[in-house]
Amino acid sequence: MFETIRYVVKDNIAWLYLNRPDKLNAFVAKMNHEVKEAIKSASFDEQVRCIVITGEGRAFCSGQDLSEVDEQMDHGQVLRDHYGPMLKQISKCEKPIVAAVNGVAAGAGFSLALACDFRIVSERASFLNAFIHVGLIPDSGNLLYLTQLVGHSKALELSVFGEKVPASAAVEMGLANLLISEETWPDDVTAYASRLAALPTKAIGLIKKSLKAVSNLSFEDYLELEAQGQRVAGLTMDHREGIQAFMEKRKPVFSGK
Amino acid sequence: MSDFEFIDTSLMGSTALIELNRPRQLNSLNTKMIREILLAMEDFDRNDAVRVIVLTGKGRAFSAGADIDEMTDANPISLELLNQFTDWDRIAQVKKPIIGAVKGFVFGGGFELALCCDLLFSSTDTEFAFPEVGLGVMPGAGGTQRLTKLVGRTKALQWLWSGERISAEVALAHGITNRIVAPELLMEETMKFAERLSKQPPLSVRLIKDSVNKAVDSSLYEGMQYERKNFYLLFATQDQKEGMNAFIEKRKPDYRGY
Repeated sequence: MFETIRYVVKDNIAWLYLNRPDKLNAFVAKMNHEVKEAIKSASFDEQVRCIVITGEGRAFCSGQDLSEVDEQMDHGQVLRDHYGPMLKQISKCEKPIVAAVNGVAAGAGFSLALACDFRIVSERASFLNAFIHVGLIPDSGNLLYLTQLVGHSKALELSVFGEKVPASAAVEMGLANLLISEETWPDDVTAYASRLAALPTKAIGLIKKSLKAVSNLSFEDYLELEAQGQRVAGLTMDHREGIQAFMEKRKPVFSGK
Repeated sequence: MSDFEFIDTSLMGSTALIELNRPRQLNSLNTKMIREILLAMEDFDRNDAVRVIVLTGKGRAFSAGADIDEMTDANPISLELLNQFTDWDRIAQVKKPIIGAVKGFVFGGGFELALCCDLLFSSTDTEFAFPEVGLGVMPGAGGTQRLTKLVGRTKALQWLWSGERISAEVALAHGITNRIVAPELLMEETMKFAERLSKQPPLSVRLIKDSVNKAVDSSLYEGMQYERKNFYLLFATQDQKEGMNAFIEKRKPDYRGY
């Protein structure tokens, strides 16, 4: 049903493969739309408890396909019409989203990885804020997410000089969560996603929501949001299971409900 | 007690609950449904056991708007003779507090119904809109009037002309909604608030609503005179004596509603 991506659900994990390998998985409008639709269907699918976005072939995503860009293009409108809806769908998703960065993540591809909750990187991965090289500014939520991860000064440096950040450096500066060697890549990615998929899914969603609210709520409003979040978490089966397992001195088995 | 076709009603403590019950049609409103809402409200308004009325919708949306099928063949004369909006006028005459609890889509007629509530609780996923302009018409049940009184001419025109969606947060900023809560807790928090409101002396609550409504519709001078009369009137109640005595005696008042 999709043309530019491949979408597979298996063992509670939704796998979203960016699937234009001959173009290094560059974004075209259709891909923006299909990523959005895939995230939406994963959000509603009760089977899904973790989402992984990764790239087919040697790249994660090389950013906007420049063959779609011409002199008439209204860059702002492209963001509003295509990238914005995709990013809002990702941001709205309560389930954990992992960017399994298998190769280069450049431009809007970098932004896509930043919009995910976790970034795990292969040794071949790299991040590149390439926008400056064509006289543009980082877009698709890039600077907002980047600043949160690495701070103002580093975000500015990466954006202005547009230099490539190799996988190991990305982990060091807090841009990525985990470095995985090439040999163990697919298995370790699956293991990471499986671990997330086995956790209390609803609680993860509530943690994400609270963290997102941190920067734009007052102290009082935050405490109220926290109280509501804990009330919702307190009503989940996973909370009951956690308490039960603790009493019975066994490992909890969470259902995500 | 629910013998309605399009709504469900129930009583929880002293809070009456009215639920729009066409979830598969996203609670789209037809004239019969509005009539049922009105009859239920008027019934609860006269029921001594009821102190607060909560209005909400079953399913994922409060209401996606009016039933378009009902209107496609209408003409000015049929509409004049049907005189359906009188029911809306009567909803505005209900004296007890009406709290709306709205989630998902609150569109068109659904938005107008939400604007008939005295207080409005929304969830984080609530979206308001007046999409009528896109169908070559405009709101007819108070949308242009109530929204404008509430948020002023500038924003009202923008939203009514564009038909754009208004997020819960923007609605909060413009005073369209009182509170935003997590969708899972919308009913719980609304009922908690209704319960607290039902503990207030009912005649005070009633005359406060009456006076505030007067402020919306009349000059300050006229409103002040009106408020005064209501203020004096409350001194005819047992609850005024109970409230003031309890204050002096440093104890909790026990209000009876007369």
